[in-house]
Amino acid sequence: MATLKVPVSESDHVQGSAHAIVTLVEYGDYECPHCGHAYSIIKLVQKHFGTRLRFVFRNFPLTEVHPNAETAAESAEFAGVNGRFWEMHDGIFENQDSLGIPLLLELAEQLELSAPELRGALETQQFEPRVREDFRGGVRSGVNGTPTFYINGHRHDGPFEVEDLVAAIERGIERRDEG
Amino acid sequence: MADILASGTPAPDFTLPVTPDQRLSLRELRGRPVILAFYPADWSPVCGDQLALYNEVLSDFKSHGAELLGISVDGVWCHAAFTKDHHLHFPLLADFEPKAEVAIKYRAYRAAEGVCERALFVIDKNGVIAWSYCSPVGINPGADGILQALENLPK
Repeated sequence: MATLKVPVSESDHVQGSAHAIVTLVEYGDYECPHCGHAYSIIKLVQKHFGTRLRFVFRNFPLTEVHPNAETAAESAEFAGVNGRFWEMHDGIFENQDSLGIPLLLELAEQLELSAPELRGALETQQFEPRVREDFRGGVRSGVNGTPTFYINGHRHDGPFEVEDLVAAIERGIERRDEG
Repeated sequence: MADILASGTPAPDFTLPVTPDQRLSLRELRGRPVILAFYPADWSPVCGDQLALYNEVLSDFKSHGAELLGISVDGVWCHAAFTKDHHLHFPLLADFEPKAEVAIKYRAYRAAEGVCERALFVIDKNGVIAWSYCSPVGINPGADGILQALENLPK
């Protein structure tokens, strides 16, 4: 069974407490429609588990099939170094239908980040190494498509509707109790 | 799942069409590692994901000097359309006529469905199978096994 090879660390984008009993890691692609679908599901799953759950998002852009995925990921990383990762992350998924450079720059402005700076960072691919590092770690962990989820380090195979993820996370909690 | 050829077995040679007017033989690639990825069909959603993933990991495969070849029983024109649509940067071989001749040699053919298994082979520079893995047909095996096998090859 595939397991997470890169442990959650301070360089990750994390929602929730390090003391949460369950960690859900998603490898996702901002242009992938399934990830767009998963976005709203994650919100509900987070609501369901509250402080018991910690959520981590890592980049896994399939750039050859999704031409905007890489710039979107780099834009979220740009927002991240300015302390606004999750706002950018949410903004991209909520406007996935109109994803492109204009949207990314507009989102940056809405977050009071510098659009010219973002444009410059995209042109120089400043955040490409960071995105690629996430991607490589994902490949080594057995990410086989997007989105791929890990619950306490174990890959979740199969559907990811709210009830599927809730049930899988409950099982993750039980495994932890046994261990 | 099929009992595919195992590590230590010499990789059966083959010559297959790679485009409508080009053919490729395994022996031409002797001297460097080769990744053979048998998959059931162009256009089926899981295959798309698997090959799209390999397309993204290609630079990591290349860093081991390895050549990636996809193989299915689809014909060359089908492969050409699929390659174009998915922007694939590695060859897809057509095991089309005689149907599945190569897949059968590697014991990676699902006769009942008439398609290849989702089977992976890493062949070393001497033409010997170093690693093989057959995934359940509905599950994308990812790329981690291939990368591990490439790392384990003697330098």
